[in-house]
Amino acid sequence: MGDKTILDVKDLSTHYFTSKGVVKALDDVSFQLKGGKSLGVAGESGCGKSTMAYSLLKMVQPPGRIVKGSINLDGMEVTKLDENSARKKLRWQKVSMVFQGAMDIMTPVYTVGHQMKEPLRYLMDITGDEAEEICKKYLDMVDLDFELFNRYPHELSGGQKQRIIIATALLLEPDVVILDEPTTALDVVVEARIMNDLKILKKQLDNGMIFITHDLSILAEISDDLAVMYAGWIVELGDSKKIYRDPKHPYTKKLIAAIPRLHVDIDRLEYIPGAPPELTNPPKGCRFHPRCEHAFGRCNKEEPEEHDVDGILVKCHLYDERGN
Amino acid sequence: MPKSIVKARNLKKEFIIVQSFIDKIQRKPPLKVRAVDGIDFDIYDKKSMALVGESGCGKTTVGKLIMKLIDTTSGKLEVKGHNITKLDDPRKLKAYRRTAQMIYQDPFSSLDPRFKVFDILEEPLLIHGIGSSMKERRKMIDKALEEVRLTPPEEFIDRYPHMLSGGQRQRIAIARCLILNPDFIVADEPVSMLDVSVRAEVLNLMKDLIDKIDLTYLYITHDISTTRFFTDHIGVMYLGDIVEQGPTGQVLDNPLHPYTQALLTAVPEPEPDRLDRIKEIPIKGEIPSGTNVPGGCRFHTRCPYAKVICKKKVPKNKQPGKQGHLAKCHFAGEIEFKVKVKKLADDGKVAGEEIIKFSKITESEE
Ligand SMILES: Nc1ncnc2c1ncn2[C@@H]1O[C@H](COP(=O)(O)OP(=O)(O)OP(=O)(O)O)[C@@H](O)[C@H]1O
Ligand SMILES: Nc1ncnc2c1ncn2[C@@H]1O[C@H](COP(=O)(O)OP(=O)(O)OP(=O)(O)O)[C@@H](O)[C@H]1O
Ligand code: SF4
Ligand SMILES: [Mg+2]
Ligand SMILES: [Mg+2]
Repeated sequence: MGDKTILDVKDLSTHYFTSKGVVKALDDVSFQLKGGKSLGVAGESGCGKSTMAYSLLKMVQPPGRIVKGSINLDGMEVTKLDENSARKKLRWQKVSMVFQGAMDIMTPVYTVGHQMKEPLRYLMDITGDEAEEICKKYLDMVDLDFELFNRYPHELSGGQKQRIIIATALLLEPDVVILDEPTTALDVVVEARIMNDLKILKKQLDNGMIFITHDLSILAEISDDLAVMYAGWIVELGDSKKIYRDPKHPYTKKLIAAIPRLHVDIDRLEYIPGAPPELTNPPKGCRFHPRCEHAFGRCNKEEPEEHDVDGILVKCHLYDERGN
Repeated sequence: MPKSIVKARNLKKEFIIVQSFIDKIQRKPPLKVRAVDGIDFDIYDKKSMALVGESGCGKTTVGKLIMKLIDTTSGKLEVKGHNITKLDDPRKLKAYRRTAQMIYQDPFSSLDPRFKVFDILEEPLLIHGIGSSMKERRKMIDKALEEVRLTPPEEFIDRYPHMLSGGQRQRIAIARCLILNPDFIVADEPVSMLDVSVRAEVLNLMKDLIDKIDLTYLYITHDISTTRFFTDHIGVMYLGDIVEQGPTGQVLDNPLHPYTQALLTAVPEPEPDRLDRIKEIPIKGEIPSGTNVPGGCRFHTRCPYAKVICKKKVPKNKQPGKQGHLAKCHFAGEIEFKVKVKKLADDGKVAGEEIIKFSKITESEE
C-alpha cells in the first residue's frame, strides 16, 4: 500500500443530542492517513478523541450522530453505511479498534483462542487449523507464546491481555487500526515493551495506525503525524517531529511545555489556567480564546481558519495574513 | 541535620490472603503477601518524599501504615517522635489523624456527590469539633479555598462536585485536608487521573503549600517524571522493599540499582525522533507474585547483572557515592549501566545496534 492515502476525512462533525443541548463533540475535522503511517491524536479529556474513533467505525451511539462531512476509506464512504453493512464490511476488516479500557472487558468465560478466532469465523468463515495458523502469526508479532492460546483472561497479566487485544485487532488485516489509550492502564516497563513492539509492527505492516492518548510523551514515540485536538476541533495538524520541536498553536505550545521532564530541573511547571469549555455551548470565535494568553480582537468573534505554517496546519488567528 | 518527621525502621506489613473454602478443606497453608518487607526511610520536615514503583509493589500500603489505617506487622514507625505502631487510644488516634491527612487518587469518587463544597469542607471541622460557630467555620472554609486558589470562595461553596472540573475537584480534596491544618500529607496518586495541564497546576499548588503552610509530603506515584519537580527525596520500591533511595535528582540521573535503571529507561520522554529506534528495557520477564518473593536479592530473577551471590545473599543498603544515596544491591556503584538501542530498517528488521551509556541517555537534549 505504501504511501497511498487510505483514509480521507473531510469536515467531519459528530454531535450528541442530549436533553441539556447539543454537545458539539467533533466539529469540522479533516485529516488524511497514508498506508504504513501513524497519526497520533492528542488532547485533554473530553476533547472528542474517542468520538472521532467511534465515528470512523460508524459506531457512534445515540444520542450521538454524524451530522456532517465525509469519511472516505479506500473508496468506501463510511458515513453512508447502514448498521448491517458497517458490521459486515467495515469493522474488523477495514477498520479495527483497540478500545479504551478493553483489557478489563475481555469475556472471562472463554479462552484467549476462542475470543481471537471469533471474528475470523463470523466474518471470514475461517475456522479450524487455518484460523489457528492466523492467530499464531499475530500472537508471534506481539511477542506472545502460542501456549497462551488456551488460557483464560484471568490467567494473564495486564500486558499479556493488552497484547492479545492488539493481535486480535490486526487479524483481518484492516486498512486502519485505531488504538485508543492502549497503554494507559499499564506499568511503565510493560508500556515501554508494548510501545517497542508497536514500533516494529508499524514497519512490518501496511496498515495505517491512529494512536489516541492524552499522554504526549508516549505519542512522541509512535507518531509520524500529530493531530492536537481542543474542544472538538483539530487545532494543529502535521509532521510530528516539527510540532514537538516547534509547536505553533498557543494550546499546543502550553501542552508540550506542561510535560514534566525526568532529567531537567525545573522550579515550576507550565500550565493552562482554566478548564476546557462545555461543548454544549462552546465559546464564540476561537474555542480556546478564554484560556489563551495571546487572544486579541477577533479571537472572541470569528472562528479561525486553518493556516498552513511551514507545512503545519494551524487553526489560529495569530497566523492570519492580515496580521494581529 | 534536618528534623525527621517520619522515621521508619525495618517496617513490615504482611497480609494473609483469604482462602477459598476448598483450600481450607484441603488444609493448604494460608498465603502471605509481604506487602511491605522491612523498609527504612526518613521524611524530613518541610520536604517531600516520593515513593515510586510498579503496581503492587507496596506504595499505598506504606501510606496506609503511616496514616494508621492498617496495623503494622512489625518494625518501628515514628511520626514526629511518637511511636504510632502503639497508638491505640481512640482519643489520641483522633488527634493524630488531625495532623496527618491523606489525599486519594480519584477526584471523582473521593467527594460525596450529594454534598455541596461547603458541606464537604465543614464535615472534618464538625468531626473534630473545630470552630465554635458557623461564622467561624465559614472563615476557615474560605481560607482553605483561597489556599487552593478557588476564588472568590462564594463562587464555589454552593456547588456540587459534578459542577466542578477534575482539577477543581482535586483542589477541593486538597482543601479538605488543609482545613485541619495538618503537618503531614500522604498524597496517593493525587494527579494521575488528571490531564497534563491540570496535573501541572495541581502539583504547582501542592508544592507552594510546602513553604506557605509548612507542609511535609509523602507523594506516591507511578509517574516518575513528576517526582523531579515536586520532591526532594525518592524511594524506589520493588516487591515490598525500597531498593534505592536518595535525593531525587541524584537518583534519577545516577541510579545505583539495576531495577531503578530499568524503570528509568522505560519512562517515555517527549522526544519525537525515536520512531526508528527502540531502547531495550534491561529487565527480564514479569514481576513475581507478592506471595512468592524470591530469596537472596528479590530482584535477581529479573536482573541482567545477577551473579551467584545474588541468589544466596540478601543485599544490604550500600552508599557508594553521595551521602544519603542508598541502594540494596551487592554491586551498587560497581556496575556501569548501559542500554542497547536498536535501529529499525523500513521493514521492521533490526538494522543496527548501539550500546549507549545510561548517562548519555539521561543527558538533557536541550
Ligand atoms: N453518549 C454521550 N452523550 C452525551 N455526550 C457525550 C457522549 N459521549 C461523549 N460525550 C461528550 O462528548 C465530548 C467528547 O467525548 P469523548 O469521549 O470523545 O472525549 P475523549 O477526548 O475521548 O476524552 P477522554 O480522554 O476522557 O477519553 C465530551 O464533552 C463528552 O462529555
Ligand atoms: N487488604 C489486602 N489484603 C491482601 N493483600 C493486599 C491487601 N492490600 C494490598 N495487598 C497486596 O499487597 C501488595 C501491595 O499493595 P499496594 O496496594 O500497597 O501496592 P501499590 O504499590 O500501591 O500498587 P498500585 O500502584 O497498583 O496502587 C499487593 O501485592 C497487594 O495485592
Ligand atoms: S544484587 Fe544482584 S540481582 Fe540484585 S540487583 Fe544487584 S546485581 Fe541485580
Ligand atoms: Mg476517550
Ligand atoms: Mg496504590
